[in-house]
Amino acid sequence: MKRFLTCLWLLASLGSWAQTPPSISRFTLDNGMEVIVKPERRAPTAVHMVWVRVGSMDEVDGTSGVAHVLEHMLFKGTPSLAPGEFSRRVAALGGRENAFTARDYTGYYQQIPSDRLREVMQIEADRFANNQWPDAEFTREIEVVKEERRLRTDDNPRARLYETLNAVTFVASPYRRPIVGWMNDLDAMTADDVRAFYRRWYVPANAVVVIAGDVDPLQVRQWAQQTYGAIPSGAVPQRKPRLEPRQSGMRRVELKAPAEQAYTVLAFKVPGLGAAALRGGDIPEEARDALALTVLSAVLDGYRGARLERALTQGPARVADSAGASYGLWGRGPRLFTLDGVPAKGRTTSEVEAVLREQVARVARDGVSAQELARVKTQWVASEVYKLDSLFSQARVLGSHWALELPLDASERLVALLRDVTAKQVQAVAARYFGDDQLTVAVLLPQPPDASRKPRPAAGALRH
Amino acid sequence: MMKQDIARWSVAVLATVVVASSAWAAIPIEHWTQAGGARVYLVQSRSLPMVDVQIDFDAGSRRDPADKAGLANVTAGMASRGVRASTAGPALDENGLGEAWADLGASFGASASSDRMGFSLRSLTDPVLLPRVIALAARQLGEPSFPAEIWQREREQIVASIRESNTRPATVANQAFAASVYGDHPYGARPTEISLAGIGVDDMSALYQRAIRACRAKVSIVGDVSREQADALVNGLFARLGAQAGGVACAPLPPVPEVALLTQPVATQSIPFDSAQAHVLIGQPGIRRNDPDFLALTVGNYVLGGGGFVSRLYAEVREKRGLSYSVYSYFSPGLHAGAFSVGLQTRPDQAAQAIAVVREIVARFVQEGPSEQEMQAAKSNLIGGFALRLDSNRKLLDNVANIAWNDLPLDYLDTWTAAVDRLTVADVKAAFGRVLRPQAMVTVVVGARDKAP
Repeated sequence: MKRFLTCLWLLASLGSWAQTPPSISRFTLDNGMEVIVKPERRAPTAVHMVWVRVGSMDEVDGTSGVAHVLEHMLFKGTPSLAPGEFSRRVAALGGRENAFTARDYTGYYQQIPSDRLREVMQIEADRFANNQWPDAEFTREIEVVKEERRLRTDDNPRARLYETLNAVTFVASPYRRPIVGWMNDLDAMTADDVRAFYRRWYVPANAVVVIAGDVDPLQVRQWAQQTYGAIPSGAVPQRKPRLEPRQSGMRRVELKAPAEQAYTVLAFKVPGLGAAALRGGDIPEEARDALALTVLSAVLDGYRGARLERALTQGPARVADSAGASYGLWGRGPRLFTLDGVPAKGRTTSEVEAVLREQVARVARDGVSAQELARVKTQWVASEVYKLDSLFSQARVLGSHWALELPLDASERLVALLRDVTAKQVQAVAARYFGDDQLTVAVLLPQPPDASRKPRPAAGALRH
Repeated sequence: MMKQDIARWSVAVLATVVVASSAWAAIPIEHWTQAGGARVYLVQSRSLPMVDVQIDFDAGSRRDPADKAGLANVTAGMASRGVRASTAGPALDENGLGEAWADLGASFGASASSDRMGFSLRSLTDPVLLPRVIALAARQLGEPSFPAEIWQREREQIVASIRESNTRPATVANQAFAASVYGDHPYGARPTEISLAGIGVDDMSALYQRAIRACRAKVSIVGDVSREQADALVNGLFARLGAQAGGVACAPLPPVPEVALLTQPVATQSIPFDSAQAHVLIGQPGIRRNDPDFLALTVGNYVLGGGGFVSRLYAEVREKRGLSYSVYSYFSPGLHAGAFSVGLQTRPDQAAQAIAVVREIVARFVQEGPSEQEMQAAKSNLIGGFALRLDSNRKLLDNVANIAWNDLPLDYLDTWTAAVDRLTVADVKAAFGRVLRPQAMVTVVVGARDKAP
């Protein structure tokens, strides 16, 4: 009980600190490109990011993976920068860089000494507007992307299971395609497919510049106008909604792959939290449910000793070696609540599936305790402070909020909203969303490696 | 959602971190030794109401008995599986501990690497909260219960995950590489079903008794605490370890043998495997962390295969030939000569070509060293980007712990950029020529096929 009181006290005392409004500047250039600046003067460094509101979900069949291939090609030059020169410039400034492609967005970033900010703004604006490369560069880089797919997916049975799960869970939503693309689409991709995708989506009004660090917002604004502001404007393409039709009946899919352990994932279609819920006023019912689902996920798997770990992986009758729950309440496409587990030796995926579902049913039947509720809220409140330690994660949060058309302080607002979630609401969503009809189950059936290629230790080599 | 992201490139980042030690501007490190023998290193970072603590002990896996490989790792893991009843409070099982940490909004955990067993604490510094956090951490650090039935379960789970990971080409390649590079040295040992079967909770208690003592501790702290608060914090953390006899006078631990150098040519090990990619590892024992050429090798490796998207290996293997998504080289300096490694993955029919390219690049680099232009580019990046090594509490903590563990001078970071700047092409060439022997490198390739699939 003493711990419970500590917990409530912590929730109360930290609230005011976490809600201190951060000083963020946000403005729009004449061509429609937005700029977000968060001064943070702990060290003489800065993070500079460009986020484009285009990801694999904006692709169409036959060219899956093109958003990600384009991300690779952005490093291949402009009329004024030779292939690879962008990276050499960033390195010469003392910088570190990379890029990432997701379903909902594509991002590029550099971490730099803050006095080199203007130079990265110049070259990043250049490649956003003038990316250009000969076909030979594409011909080589597409092979690199195929190697990336082999590394991340083809030789990774659980990654292949998720790829298969998505392909079955979604029928109309573009979320059914893998971000990296199907191998055959990569084989068939052309340089012009990539150029067309670039011209269509990389327009200023479809992108944001995010800068966090030891910078002066007024100075940044001036540089932004000189660099990004000079890019000609263009129309943001119409997006087809491609909504996922309501699922009416359980789906099951199996994947055979070389592995030792079986594995299962249960994916339930659930609502997400739209931007409307964060703008004050009445919260739509589905948004309330999204908040309660977030709490449910944390109660099931948010800390060591949470419900799933206890019920599935402990004790003499344990069914699993590991078990988890996951829910992301924000995204441009449909949301899933997933449960997953690895069966313990001698147990089956069916048993794991049954106990996972029983744990949700238990919440639906008996609710959650006040202690559990307070505990998961405490963790969120504390993590809001810890998140401020990393400049990179602060910029990433701002960029993703922009990409998903959320208010920039969506995380802070979310924590405030989560504090109001009641045990009854958590119980209600556990009862509402976890039936059979909206469920897709994927099972990995482990296969012994091909007998003709069985690994065998070379004599005298594998000593341990 | 971020799980779905595809980072363009990842392995080389790791490589850079492994080889490059770190540094920052003029941030003062306060250092003192407590009455109980703990050596404390503090950087006051007052802008966020939080504190990070790292406690390191000479109890890494290099001290595992030969027939108990994995002991340090599993001991660290089991240290969070319960505390025994004491004057500080009733026993807590693994779930009770997990809940207690979640309720405090803090985290505390242990892990072991080849050299160290380390405990990490992250907490808010609220004056009501922090004492409770320290009290709980002290119990976990000082009074772990090592329950036998939990170890039985953990062992089964670890064995299952080892078997699973042995179905992956990367694991097979890493094990063969470690065995060939390190021979019988503990740096090359990996836990197996048999070695784990030989480990009992009494082994963990014995290791703990011997090694986890205040007089052996290096404590690094970064956060919103004064020196007085930091000193009290460390006293608090060791409060439940304090009963041991001996106090400050810890007997020295026995020496661990050095890694034997490879001087003779080694045949390529080609291990058949049915996978979409062949995994290639090439290397040999490299350097200890106290090698006088550590910095020259750090700068040189940036040019060879450590420097992001601009290294020679990246240019030749990925950019010019499209052979691999990830290609890198790195040193892993420790208390002993950790490996120099080059790694890549490629379509099975391209493995021979990729190996030939890498060997040529490494051999030429060792023979000729970097060009003047490459040397300047490396210095620009490493010196210019110096502040990026220190711009969060987490990064600062890694740096302070590095100084503490390796007994580096307290002004190590203040002199770092000047030391890098003084290095010449000749220094790098001489260092690589002394340390690396391209004709005597281990090559492991898993899953190569001569013909296209």
